[in-house]
Amino acid sequence: MNALFEYLIRLGDDSLILGHRLSELCGHGPILEEDIAMTNISLDLIGQATNILQYAGEVEGEGRNEDDLAFLRYARDYKNLLLVEQPNGDFGMTIMRQFLFDAYRKLLFDRLIYSNNEQIAAIASKALKETKYHLRHSAEWVIRLGDGTEESHNRIQESLNTLWRYTPELFYQDEVEAELKNNGVLPGLDEIQSEWESYVKQIFDEATLSIPENNWKMEGGRKGLHSEHLGYILAELQYMQRAYPGMEW
Amino acid sequence: MVKADKIWSLLEEVFDPEVPVLTVVDLGVVRDVRLIGGKVEIDITPTYTGCPAMQRIEDDIHEKLSENGISDVKVNLVLSPAWTTDWLSDNGKKKLEEYGIAPPVDEPDKSVLFADPPKIKCPKCSSDNTKLVSQFGSTACKAQYQCNSCLEPFDYFKCLK
Repeated sequence: MNALFEYLIRLGDDSLILGHRLSELCGHGPILEEDIAMTNISLDLIGQATNILQYAGEVEGEGRNEDDLAFLRYARDYKNLLLVEQPNGDFGMTIMRQFLFDAYRKLLFDRLIYSNNEQIAAIASKALKETKYHLRHSAEWVIRLGDGTEESHNRIQESLNTLWRYTPELFYQDEVEAELKNNGVLPGLDEIQSEWESYVKQIFDEATLSIPENNWKMEGGRKGLHSEHLGYILAELQYMQRAYPGMEW
Repeated sequence: MVKADKIWSLLEEVFDPEVPVLTVVDLGVVRDVRLIGGKVEIDITPTYTGCPAMQRIEDDIHEKLSENGISDVKVNLVLSPAWTTDWLSDNGKKKLEEYGIAPPVDEPDKSVLFADPPKIKCPKCSSDNTKLVSQFGSTACKAQYQCNSCLEPFDYFKCLK
Protein backbone atom coordinates (compact mmCIF):
# COMPACT_ATOMS: atom_id res chain seq x y z
CA MET A 1 0.00 0.00 0.00
CA ASN A 2 1.18 3.52 -0.83
CA ALA A 3 0.84 5.39 2.48
CA LEU A 4 0.95 8.85 0.90
CA PHE A 5 -1.85 8.01 -1.55
CA GLU A 6 -3.93 6.47 1.22
CA TYR A 7 -3.51 9.51 3.46
CA LEU A 8 -4.41 11.92 0.66
CA ILE A 9 -7.57 9.93 0.01
CA ARG A 10 -8.52 10.21 3.70
CA LEU A 11 -7.88 13.95 3.71
CA GLY A 12 -9.53 14.56 0.33
CA ASP A 13 -12.62 12.46 1.06
CA ASP A 14 -13.27 14.39 4.30
CA SER A 15 -13.41 17.61 2.26
CA LEU A 16 -15.40 16.07 -0.58
CA ILE A 17 -18.11 14.41 1.49
CA LEU A 18 -18.64 17.31 3.90
CA GLY A 19 -18.57 19.71 0.93
CA HIS A 20 -21.29 17.63 -0.70
CA ARG A 21 -23.35 17.49 2.49
CA LEU A 22 -23.27 21.28 2.80
CA SER A 23 -24.15 21.69 -0.88
CA GLU A 24 -27.45 19.94 -0.11
CA LEU A 25 -28.40 23.10 1.80
CA CYS A 26 -28.21 25.26 -1.33
CA GLY A 27 -31.63 26.88 -1.46
CA HIS A 28 -32.64 25.18 1.81
CA GLY A 29 -30.76 27.15 4.48
CA PRO A 30 -32.80 28.37 7.47
CA ILE A 31 -32.17 32.01 6.49
CA LEU A 32 -30.68 33.48 3.35
CA GLU A 33 -27.38 34.53 4.96
CA GLU A 34 -26.78 31.04 6.34
CA ASP A 35 -27.75 29.44 3.04
CA ILE A 36 -25.01 31.52 1.42
CA ALA A 37 -22.55 30.82 4.25
CA MET A 38 -23.05 27.05 4.00
CA THR A 39 -22.63 27.01 0.24
CA ASN A 40 -19.52 29.24 0.46
CA ILE A 41 -17.99 26.79 2.92
CA SER A 42 -19.07 23.91 0.70
CA LEU A 43 -17.27 25.51 -2.23
CA ASP A 44 -14.07 25.90 -0.21
CA LEU A 45 -14.24 22.25 0.85
CA ILE A 46 -14.86 20.98 -2.69
CA GLY A 47 -11.98 23.17 -3.86
CA GLN A 48 -9.74 21.55 -1.24
CA ALA A 49 -10.95 18.12 -2.36
CA THR A 50 -10.04 19.00 -5.95
CA ASN A 51 -6.48 19.94 -5.01
CA ILE A 52 -5.97 16.99 -2.68
CA LEU A 53 -7.48 14.32 -4.96
CA GLN A 54 -5.63 15.72 -7.98
CA TYR A 55 -2.38 15.25 -6.10
CA ALA A 56 -3.52 11.80 -4.92
CA GLY A 57 -4.01 10.82 -8.56
CA GLU A 58 -0.49 12.00 -9.41
CA VAL A 59 0.97 10.08 -6.48
CA GLU A 60 -0.88 6.94 -7.48
CA GLY A 61 0.44 7.23 -11.04
CA GLU A 62 -2.29 5.18 -12.69
CA GLY A 63 -3.77 7.99 -14.71
CA ARG A 64 -6.74 8.75 -12.44
CA ASN A 65 -7.56 12.44 -12.01
CA GLU A 66 -9.58 14.19 -9.28
CA ASP A 67 -12.86 13.60 -11.12
CA ASP A 68 -12.21 9.88 -11.53
CA LEU A 69 -11.47 9.65 -7.81
CA ALA A 70 -14.52 11.66 -6.78
CA PHE A 71 -17.05 10.11 -9.14
CA LEU A 72 -15.93 6.60 -9.98
CA ARG A 73 -14.96 4.84 -6.76
CA TYR A 74 -17.19 2.47 -4.80
CA ALA A 75 -18.33 3.20 -1.24
CA ARG A 76 -15.73 0.94 0.39
CA ASP A 77 -12.95 2.91 -1.32
CA TYR A 78 -14.00 6.17 0.37
CA LYS A 79 -11.97 6.83 3.51
CA ASN A 80 -13.73 9.85 5.00
CA LEU A 81 -14.61 10.19 8.67
CA LEU A 82 -18.04 8.91 9.70
CA LEU A 83 -18.70 12.37 11.19
CA VAL A 84 -18.74 14.15 7.82
CA GLU A 85 -21.27 11.81 6.20
CA GLN A 86 -23.87 12.26 8.96
CA PRO A 87 -27.08 13.93 7.74
CA ASN A 88 -27.58 17.69 7.99
CA GLY A 89 -30.48 17.28 10.45
CA ASP A 90 -31.65 20.58 11.92
CA PHE A 91 -29.45 23.68 11.87
CA GLY A 92 -28.00 22.76 15.27
CA MET A 93 -26.87 19.40 13.90
CA THR A 94 -25.30 20.98 10.80
CA ILE A 95 -23.47 23.56 12.91
CA MET A 96 -22.29 21.08 15.55
CA ARG A 97 -20.91 18.69 12.90
CA GLN A 98 -19.17 21.64 11.25
CA PHE A 99 -17.72 22.94 14.51
CA LEU A 100 -16.30 19.57 15.60
CA PHE A 101 -14.72 19.18 12.16
CA ASP A 102 -13.50 22.79 11.68
CA ALA A 103 -11.75 22.79 15.07
CA TYR A 104 -9.91 19.59 14.09
CA ARG A 105 -9.12 20.75 10.57
CA LYS A 106 -7.69 24.07 11.73
CA LEU A 107 -5.30 22.33 14.12
CA LEU A 108 -4.38 19.79 11.44
CA PHE A 109 -3.62 22.41 8.78
CA ASP A 110 -1.67 24.41 11.40
CA ARG A 111 0.70 21.40 11.42
CA LEU A 112 0.59 20.40 7.75
CA ILE A 113 1.93 23.78 6.60
CA TYR A 114 5.24 22.48 8.04
CA SER A 115 5.09 19.19 6.10
CA ASN A 116 8.28 18.33 4.23
CA ASN A 117 6.01 17.37 1.34
CA GLU A 118 5.82 20.68 -0.56
CA GLN A 119 2.50 19.95 -2.20
CA ILE A 120 0.80 19.09 1.09
CA ALA A 121 2.31 22.20 2.72
CA ALA A 122 1.02 24.35 -0.16
CA ILE A 123 -2.50 22.89 -0.05
CA ALA A 124 -2.57 23.31 3.76
CA SER A 125 -1.36 26.91 3.71
CA LYS A 126 -4.12 27.81 1.26
CA ALA A 127 -6.82 25.86 3.10
CA LEU A 128 -5.80 27.11 6.57
CA LYS A 129 -6.80 30.69 5.79
CA GLU A 130 -10.30 29.59 4.77
CA THR A 131 -10.66 27.13 7.63
CA LYS A 132 -10.14 29.99 10.11
CA TYR A 133 -13.21 31.70 8.65
CA HIS A 134 -15.20 28.46 8.82
CA LEU A 135 -14.25 27.86 12.45
CA ARG A 136 -15.11 31.39 13.52
CA HIS A 137 -18.51 30.98 11.90
CA SER A 138 -19.32 27.57 13.42
CA ALA A 139 -17.90 28.36 16.89
CA GLU A 140 -19.94 31.57 17.14
CA TRP A 141 -23.10 29.69 16.21
CA VAL A 142 -22.44 26.94 18.76
CA ILE A 143 -22.23 29.63 21.44
CA ARG A 144 -25.30 31.53 20.17
CA LEU A 145 -27.45 28.42 20.02
CA GLY A 146 -26.13 26.81 23.21
CA ASP A 147 -26.41 30.00 25.24
CA GLY A 148 -29.58 31.09 23.44
CA THR A 149 -33.16 30.05 24.16
CA GLU A 150 -34.20 26.89 25.97
CA GLU A 151 -35.27 25.41 22.63
CA SER A 152 -32.00 26.22 20.82
CA HIS A 153 -29.97 25.02 23.82
CA ASN A 154 -31.80 21.69 23.99
CA ARG A 155 -31.56 21.07 20.30
CA ILE A 156 -27.84 21.76 19.94
CA GLN A 157 -27.14 19.77 23.12
CA GLU A 158 -29.00 16.90 21.46
CA SER A 159 -26.78 17.31 18.37
CA LEU A 160 -23.67 17.18 20.54
CA ASN A 161 -25.00 14.03 22.24
CA THR A 162 -25.56 12.42 18.83
CA LEU A 163 -22.29 13.43 17.19
CA TRP A 164 -19.84 13.09 20.07
CA ARG A 165 -19.40 9.34 19.43
CA TYR A 166 -17.86 10.12 16.02
CA THR A 167 -15.14 12.42 17.37
CA PRO A 168 -12.53 9.84 18.53
CA GLU A 169 -12.16 8.92 14.85
CA LEU A 170 -10.80 12.43 14.13
CA PHE A 171 -7.59 11.23 15.77
CA TYR A 172 -7.54 7.73 14.29
CA GLN A 173 -4.06 6.61 13.26
CA ASP A 174 -2.75 3.37 11.82
CA GLU A 175 0.28 2.30 9.80
CA VAL A 176 -0.49 4.98 7.19
CA GLU A 177 -0.02 7.89 9.58
CA ALA A 178 2.84 6.07 11.35
CA GLU A 179 4.87 5.86 8.16
CA LEU A 180 4.20 9.46 7.17
CA LYS A 181 5.02 10.73 10.66
CA ASN A 182 8.36 8.92 10.51
CA ASN A 183 9.39 10.52 7.27
CA GLY A 184 8.30 14.06 8.17
CA VAL A 185 5.19 14.34 5.98
CA LEU A 186 2.90 14.68 9.02
CA PRO A 187 4.65 16.80 11.65
CA GLY A 188 3.08 17.36 15.06
CA LEU A 189 0.13 15.05 14.45
CA ASP A 190 0.12 13.70 18.00
CA GLU A 191 -0.34 17.13 19.57
CA ILE A 192 -3.67 17.77 17.90
CA GLN A 193 -5.97 15.70 20.09
CA SER A 194 -5.27 17.38 23.42
CA GLU A 195 -5.41 20.84 21.86
CA TRP A 196 -8.71 20.00 20.19
CA GLU A 197 -10.16 18.67 23.45
CA SER A 198 -9.26 21.78 25.37
CA TYR A 199 -10.49 24.10 22.60
CA VAL A 200 -13.91 22.47 22.18
CA LYS A 201 -14.31 22.25 25.97
CA GLN A 202 -13.71 26.00 26.24
CA ILE A 203 -16.34 26.73 23.56
CA PHE A 204 -18.85 24.30 25.13
CA ASP A 205 -18.35 25.95 28.54
CA GLU A 206 -19.15 29.30 27.01
CA ALA A 207 -22.12 27.79 25.19
CA THR A 208 -23.37 26.15 28.44
CA LEU A 209 -23.23 22.74 26.75
CA SER A 210 -21.99 19.55 28.36
CA ILE A 211 -19.97 16.81 26.75
CA PRO A 212 -21.86 13.50 27.00
CA GLU A 213 -20.50 11.21 29.66
CA ASN A 214 -20.77 7.88 27.96
CA ASN A 215 -17.68 7.34 25.85
CA TRP A 216 -19.14 4.97 23.33
CA LYS A 217 -17.40 5.48 20.01
CA MET A 218 -18.07 4.76 16.37
CA GLU A 219 -15.34 4.45 13.79
CA GLY A 220 -14.61 2.69 10.52
CA GLY A 221 -14.51 5.38 7.86
CA ARG A 222 -10.72 5.33 7.57
CA LYS A 223 -10.97 1.64 6.67
CA GLY A 224 -13.85 2.15 4.25
CA LEU A 225 -16.51 0.85 6.67
CA HIS A 226 -19.23 3.46 6.54
CA SER A 227 -22.59 4.29 8.08
CA GLU A 228 -25.65 3.71 5.90
CA HIS A 229 -25.61 7.37 4.84
CA LEU A 230 -22.61 7.26 2.50
CA GLY A 231 -24.33 5.11 -0.11
CA TYR A 232 -27.14 7.65 -0.48
CA ILE A 233 -24.61 10.48 -0.79
CA LEU A 234 -22.74 8.64 -3.53
CA ALA A 235 -25.94 7.79 -5.37
CA GLU A 236 -26.54 11.50 -5.79
CA LEU A 237 -22.90 12.62 -6.12
CA GLN A 238 -22.07 10.05 -8.79
CA TYR A 239 -25.38 9.89 -10.64
CA MET A 240 -24.41 11.88 -13.73
CA GLN A 241 -21.05 10.16 -14.28
CA ARG A 242 -22.58 6.73 -13.74
CA ALA A 243 -25.55 7.40 -16.04
CA TYR A 244 -23.55 9.25 -18.71
CA PRO A 245 -19.91 8.15 -18.39
CA GLY A 246 -17.43 10.88 -19.26
CA MET A 247 -20.09 13.57 -19.64
CA GLU A 248 -18.95 17.21 -19.45
CA TRP A 249 -20.75 20.52 -19.56
CA MET B 1 11.01 37.76 -29.70
CA VAL B 2 8.27 38.69 -27.29
CA LYS B 3 9.33 40.39 -24.05
CA ALA B 4 8.01 39.76 -20.55
CA ASP B 5 6.74 43.35 -20.16
CA LYS B 6 4.67 42.91 -23.31
CA ILE B 7 3.07 39.82 -21.72
CA TRP B 8 2.43 41.75 -18.49
CA SER B 9 0.76 44.56 -20.40
CA LEU B 10 -1.47 42.07 -22.26
CA LEU B 11 -2.37 40.45 -18.92
CA GLU B 12 -3.55 43.89 -17.79
CA GLU B 13 -6.31 43.47 -20.38
CA VAL B 14 -7.55 40.18 -18.91
CA PHE B 15 -10.37 40.81 -16.44
CA ASP B 16 -11.56 38.81 -13.47
CA PRO B 17 -14.83 37.15 -14.52
CA GLU B 18 -16.53 37.75 -11.18
CA VAL B 19 -15.28 41.28 -10.49
CA PRO B 20 -15.00 42.55 -14.05
CA VAL B 21 -13.43 45.93 -13.17
CA LEU B 22 -10.27 44.23 -11.90
CA THR B 23 -7.61 42.75 -14.12
CA VAL B 24 -5.84 39.56 -13.11
CA VAL B 25 -2.79 41.75 -12.48
CA ASP B 26 -4.70 44.16 -10.16
CA LEU B 27 -5.99 41.16 -8.26
CA GLY B 28 -2.50 39.74 -7.72
CA VAL B 29 -3.54 36.44 -9.26
CA VAL B 30 -0.66 36.49 -11.77
CA ARG B 31 2.45 35.55 -9.80
CA ASP B 32 5.15 35.21 -12.45
CA VAL B 33 5.80 35.42 -16.16
CA ARG B 34 8.79 33.56 -17.59
CA LEU B 35 10.15 33.28 -21.11
CA ILE B 36 11.85 29.96 -21.68
CA GLY B 37 13.17 29.77 -25.23
CA GLY B 38 10.19 30.79 -27.32
CA LYS B 39 7.74 29.54 -24.74
CA VAL B 40 5.78 31.65 -22.25
CA GLU B 41 5.08 30.30 -18.78
CA ILE B 42 2.65 32.10 -16.50
CA ASP B 43 1.98 31.24 -12.85
CA ILE B 44 -1.46 32.06 -11.47
CA THR B 45 -2.80 31.45 -7.96
CA PRO B 46 -6.42 31.15 -6.78
CA THR B 47 -7.87 33.72 -4.37
CA TYR B 48 -9.87 30.96 -2.63
CA THR B 49 -9.33 27.21 -3.03
CA GLY B 50 -12.73 26.60 -4.58
CA CYS B 51 -12.79 29.72 -6.74
CA PRO B 52 -14.67 28.61 -9.87
CA ALA B 53 -13.15 31.45 -11.89
CA MET B 54 -9.69 29.91 -12.18
CA GLN B 55 -10.42 27.79 -15.24
CA ARG B 56 -12.06 30.76 -16.92
CA ILE B 57 -9.06 32.99 -16.10
CA GLU B 58 -6.70 30.42 -17.55
CA ASP B 59 -8.78 30.21 -20.75
CA ASP B 60 -9.02 34.01 -20.99
CA ILE B 61 -5.23 34.35 -20.69
CA HIS B 62 -4.70 31.85 -23.50
CA GLU B 63 -7.25 33.67 -25.63
CA LYS B 64 -5.79 37.15 -25.05
CA LEU B 65 -2.24 36.05 -25.83
CA SER B 66 -3.27 34.03 -28.84
CA GLU B 67 -5.15 37.06 -30.29
CA ASN B 68 -1.80 38.79 -30.13
CA GLY B 69 0.06 36.04 -31.92
CA ILE B 70 1.47 34.38 -28.81
CA SER B 71 0.34 30.79 -28.74
CA ASP B 72 3.07 28.76 -27.08
CA VAL B 73 1.80 29.46 -23.58
CA LYS B 74 1.65 27.34 -20.47
CA VAL B 75 -0.41 28.50 -17.48
CA ASN B 76 0.52 26.87 -14.16
CA LEU B 77 -1.73 26.92 -11.11
CA VAL B 78 0.42 27.48 -8.01
CA LEU B 79 -0.91 27.27 -4.44
CA SER B 80 2.09 28.49 -2.50
CA PRO B 81 2.66 31.13 -1.29
CA ALA B 82 -1.08 31.40 -0.70
CA TRP B 83 -2.88 34.45 -2.06
CA THR B 84 -3.54 37.31 0.31
CA THR B 85 -5.52 40.55 -0.12
CA ASP B 86 -2.17 42.34 0.43
CA TRP B 87 -1.46 41.50 -3.22
CA LEU B 88 -4.41 43.52 -4.42
CA SER B 89 -2.86 46.60 -6.05
CA ASP B 90 -3.71 50.14 -4.83
CA ASN B 91 -5.14 50.80 -8.24
CA GLY B 92 -7.23 47.65 -7.87
CA LYS B 93 -8.59 48.84 -4.49
CA LYS B 94 -9.55 52.17 -6.02
CA LYS B 95 -11.32 50.48 -8.94
CA LEU B 96 -13.20 48.17 -6.55
CA GLU B 97 -14.55 51.12 -4.58
CA GLU B 98 -15.62 52.95 -7.72
CA TYR B 99 -17.42 49.79 -8.82
CA GLY B 100 -19.37 49.66 -5.54
CA ILE B 101 -17.40 47.00 -3.65
CA ALA B 102 -15.69 48.15 -0.48
CA PRO B 103 -11.97 47.23 -0.62
CA PRO B 104 -10.35 45.11 2.14
CA VAL B 105 -9.10 46.68 5.37
CA ASP B 106 -7.11 45.05 8.18
CA GLU B 107 -9.33 42.84 10.32
CA PRO B 108 -9.07 41.44 13.86
CA ASP B 109 -7.53 38.00 14.39
CA LYS B 110 -10.07 35.37 13.31
CA SER B 111 -9.54 33.31 16.47
CA VAL B 112 -11.35 36.07 18.41
CA LEU B 113 -15.05 35.25 18.50
CA PHE B 114 -17.73 37.93 18.34
CA ALA B 115 -15.09 40.57 17.66
CA ASP B 116 -16.43 43.88 16.36
CA PRO B 117 -16.51 43.62 12.57
CA PRO B 118 -14.16 46.00 10.77
CA LYS B 119 -15.51 49.50 10.13
CA ILE B 120 -16.19 49.64 6.42
CA LYS B 121 -16.95 52.82 4.51
CA CYS B 122 -20.05 52.70 2.27
CA PRO B 123 -18.86 52.76 -1.35
CA LYS B 124 -22.07 54.59 -2.40
CA CYS B 125 -22.34 57.48 0.08
CA SER B 126 -18.99 57.23 1.95
CA SER B 127 -20.70 57.01 5.36
CA ASP B 128 -18.82 55.14 8.11
CA ASN B 129 -22.12 54.10 9.67
CA THR B 130 -22.44 50.61 8.19
CA LYS B 131 -23.19 47.14 9.54
CA LEU B 132 -22.09 43.61 8.74
CA VAL B 133 -24.99 41.49 7.43
CA SER B 134 -23.05 38.27 6.84
CA GLN B 135 -19.43 37.20 6.79
CA PHE B 136 -20.22 35.24 3.62
CA GLY B 137 -21.37 36.86 0.42
CA SER B 138 -22.08 36.48 -3.28
CA THR B 139 -18.63 35.00 -3.91
CA ALA B 140 -16.06 33.39 -1.60
CA CYS B 141 -14.02 36.61 -1.46
CA LYS B 142 -16.83 38.90 -0.28
CA ALA B 143 -18.92 39.65 2.82
CA GLN B 144 -22.29 41.42 2.88
CA TYR B 145 -22.69 44.82 4.50
CA GLN B 146 -25.42 47.40 4.66
CA CYS B 147 -25.12 51.16 5.01
CA ASN B 148 -27.15 52.61 7.91
CA SER B 149 -27.13 56.08 6.33
CA CYS B 150 -28.23 55.46 2.73
CA LEU B 151 -29.58 51.94 3.47
CA GLU B 152 -27.85 50.46 0.42
CA PRO B 153 -26.63 46.87 0.81
CA PHE B 154 -23.13 46.40 -0.57
CA ASP B 155 -20.34 43.87 -0.95
CA TYR B 156 -17.13 44.09 1.04
CA PHE B 157 -14.05 42.39 -0.41
CA LYS B 158 -12.93 40.67 2.77
CA CYS B 159 -9.41 40.62 4.11
CA LEU B 160 -7.62 37.30 3.67
CA LYS B 161 -4.21 36.86 5.32
